[in-house]
Amino acid sequence: MKSLLSTLVLTTALTMPGLAMARQVTLTTNLKTYGGDGAYLALYVTDASDTYVGSLWMAGGKSKYYKHLTGWYRATGGDTAQVNGITGASVGAGRSLEITLDLADALFDAGYTLHIDAAVEDMRDSPNEVSVPLTTDGVGTPVTGRRYIADFTYDM
Amino acid sequence: MIRALHRWPGLLALALVSALALSGAALSVFPAADRLTAPQAEAGLTVAQLSERIQAVYPTVEQIRRAPSGRITAYWFDNDTPGAAIIDPATGQGAGSADPNPVERWLTNFHRALLLGDGGRLVMAAGALAMLVLSVSGAALVARRMGGWRHWFAPLRGTVPGRLHVELARVAVVGLVLSSVTALWMVAVTFEVIPENAAMPEFPAEVSGETGIALADMAVIGTTPVAALRELSFPYPNDPTDVFTLRTDQGTGYLDQGSGALLAWADLSLWERISETIYMLHTGQGAAALGLVLGVMALGVPAMGATGFLIWLSGRRGRPRIRGNVAAGRAETIVLVGSEGGSTWGFAATLHAALTQAGQSVHVAPMSSFDPARYGHAERMIVLAATYGDGDAPASAKGFLDRLDALDRAPDIPLAVLGFGDRSFPAYCAFAKAVAAAAQAKGWPGLMGMDMIDRQSPQDFARWGRDLGQAMGIALDLIHHPVLPKTEALTLIARRDYGAEVQAPTAILRFALPRVSLWQRLTGQGFARFDAGDLIGILPEGSPVPRLYSLASGRRDGFVEIVVKKHPGGLCSGQLAALEPGDTVTAYLRRNPGFRPRRDATPLILIGAGTGIGPLAGFVRGNARQRPIHLFFGMRHPSSDFLYGEALRDWQDKGLLTRLVTAVSREAKPQYVQDALRGDAAQVAQLIRDGARVMVCGGRDMAAGVTDALAEILAPSGLTPATLKAEGRYVEDVY
Repeated sequence: MKSLLSTLVLTTALTMPGLAMARQVTLTTNLKTYGGDGAYLALYVTDASDTYVGSLWMAGGKSKYYKHLTGWYRATGGDTAQVNGITGASVGAGRSLEITLDLADALFDAGYTLHIDAAVEDMRDSPNEVSVPLTTDGVGTPVTGRRYIADFTYDM
Repeated sequence: MIRALHRWPGLLALALVSALALSGAALSVFPAADRLTAPQAEAGLTVAQLSERIQAVYPTVEQIRRAPSGRITAYWFDNDTPGAAIIDPATGQGAGSADPNPVERWLTNFHRALLLGDGGRLVMAAGALAMLVLSVSGAALVARRMGGWRHWFAPLRGTVPGRLHVELARVAVVGLVLSSVTALWMVAVTFEVIPENAAMPEFPAEVSGETGIALADMAVIGTTPVAALRELSFPYPNDPTDVFTLRTDQGTGYLDQGSGALLAWADLSLWERISETIYMLHTGQGAAALGLVLGVMALGVPAMGATGFLIWLSGRRGRPRIRGNVAAGRAETIVLVGSEGGSTWGFAATLHAALTQAGQSVHVAPMSSFDPARYGHAERMIVLAATYGDGDAPASAKGFLDRLDALDRAPDIPLAVLGFGDRSFPAYCAFAKAVAAAAQAKGWPGLMGMDMIDRQSPQDFARWGRDLGQAMGIALDLIHHPVLPKTEALTLIARRDYGAEVQAPTAILRFALPRVSLWQRLTGQGFARFDAGDLIGILPEGSPVPRLYSLASGRRDGFVEIVVKKHPGGLCSGQLAALEPGDTVTAYLRRNPGFRPRRDATPLILIGAGTGIGPLAGFVRGNARQRPIHLFFGMRHPSSDFLYGEALRDWQDKGLLTRLVTAVSREAKPQYVQDALRGDAAQVAQLIRDGARVMVCGGRDMAAGVTDALAEILAPSGLTPATLKAEGRYVEDVY
């Protein structure tokens, strides 16, 4: 899948398009061939005290399935306003999702964690499929997921 | 109107609806298979007990799900490797792979979205809508055809595609309505047109922070039976702030992993309950038997599509287009048509065209749509009515008499009735007469006296047209050219002559099979399929009116054979009598399903004289299964007009013909075929009592004589030709 997005609507404090104190980050999620339909993925960030800060991306358009992204759903109460304008299609098995966005500098090396919840129809829900601290050292280092995600990388 | 609502969605969505139905039928098998193969939990087992069993085998279990089929699946992580299995609830052990069935998944994606995304879903939704429109309009058509909803399952008649179409439809329509309505609901939910308001409880702000309570001691989990379980998610390992999440058929709740207390609970919303019920009704998941029934009903859809297509095709061929048909509310003249085979529509079209040319506005419709309230500007009504069988209403006139009867008073506009029929049948124009009588009884004013058209005679019709013009005060010239089916050129390959010496020059003419296109072969049209007893219409040079001859051969014989007697001055028979091998005639095929041996092994009594031997000889020739056949054949003299003489002896030797009885009329002691029957009365009566079927072919006088003879023969056994006819055991092809 090509780069889906380069500009983002400013929905949360996380993304700051065109500002000097932001940097362009590319998030790449490669899925395993898990033998099922397209996966719903929720990418979101929590702070050092595990409190939800904001969402980065929602792959999957039908909000009735969002309750299967358990971690995200609990954190947001299923509030679709959290992903308004940053929602795309679900990601097929073996495919990859690449998102480019401007992330605030302040999010790095400050105890923030990026989470990905995943869910597939008729298969297990996988909250916290990936959970990776946002650090400058971690840039370019692939992290493996638990069930559906082969690896996840963030690059600058 | 309803017909158009049925026809066009049907033709346009034929492939789509068939694809939906077939994939749906295939999918209907899975819930039943799941139900049969999934190990079921014993009654009274609680969620806690089940979970403990699973935990004992898979200590890191993190989610347990129960499908509506009762199948239980557990998911766990073992050293960061995800695992999943179908669980035998009796032991907690894995009992099979939890991977989704790839065939079912493919079929599901095809069924709901043609393997495409949301665009595919919308296409399939359109298919479901077409199915609903077809079901509803089709049901209305069936009710109209059967003469009301109460007669829904009344016996059918008509062509095979027509009967099959309705036969399937009136059983399957319930399932198709259910499947299409639920499908549309599910699409609406998917596209969030209908809210599904998943009621999820607020995540608890505070938990006890403890862990390790025994499942059996927990609220709800400890008491909920497995049958009510949807899903149980365990808290994230080593996270004391996490909770148990339990979904049941009542709602969703969070439970503390230390105290076991129910921290939050939300009942299923009304929308969720409705959607779940609809999901169950559509997929059969949780109602496997219903699913199978719906699946079987869906299988009827492609068959209905195919038969519907054939009905449309034959309707298009048999029924002329009426151009410029004025709406019922605006027309001055209403023409109602009662037609069985479609030929009366041709007359209606001629009448419509002539009246329109004379400056009239005319509405033509089937008699079954009779509704005086709609004829706001009408000044007169004309009924063109054929007759079905012994005086029944033809197909397009169903319900007319009932509707007329139900009116408080007859319409004020004057009525003209024109009957179509064959004067040689006792029930000549009987239905038209019944209509005229009913109208008179109701006090309906007449425009002109009732008239009748014999054997589609263009002359009769033109004469009636002049009378009608006079009654209306206009000059009306009705020139009717019957709409003929597509004709073929038939080439004579052999002829055999008989009867010249007895003043009955007769010939057996054998033509080569005409070339049949692939399309005709697929649809069984024209000469692609015919049997002995069917008719061919031959168009003589110099006349547009075809002459019908009975076929003495079937398609399997590899040739087209007829028996023709030359009539003095006969245009067509004269031309046929002069044919030499290599010459051609113009002909078309007309099916004659009423005159055909049934496909069973009951004995046949075939009775014929002169050229009437043709189809009977064809039946004997095609008697590969060697059912008993007794043939009574009347001729003038065996040395001259013993048609098929040698062949009959040959067939007798081969066992195709059981017995041949001949009657000879030009001898010292003249005998007719009915005399031969009387001479053999005992055996004939015995055969008929034992179920034999009688088929008579030949001239009208002979047929009448045979009926009298049979009446005598059968009298002692209490049977009559009439009762046999009613049972379909006595059929005639008479000319």
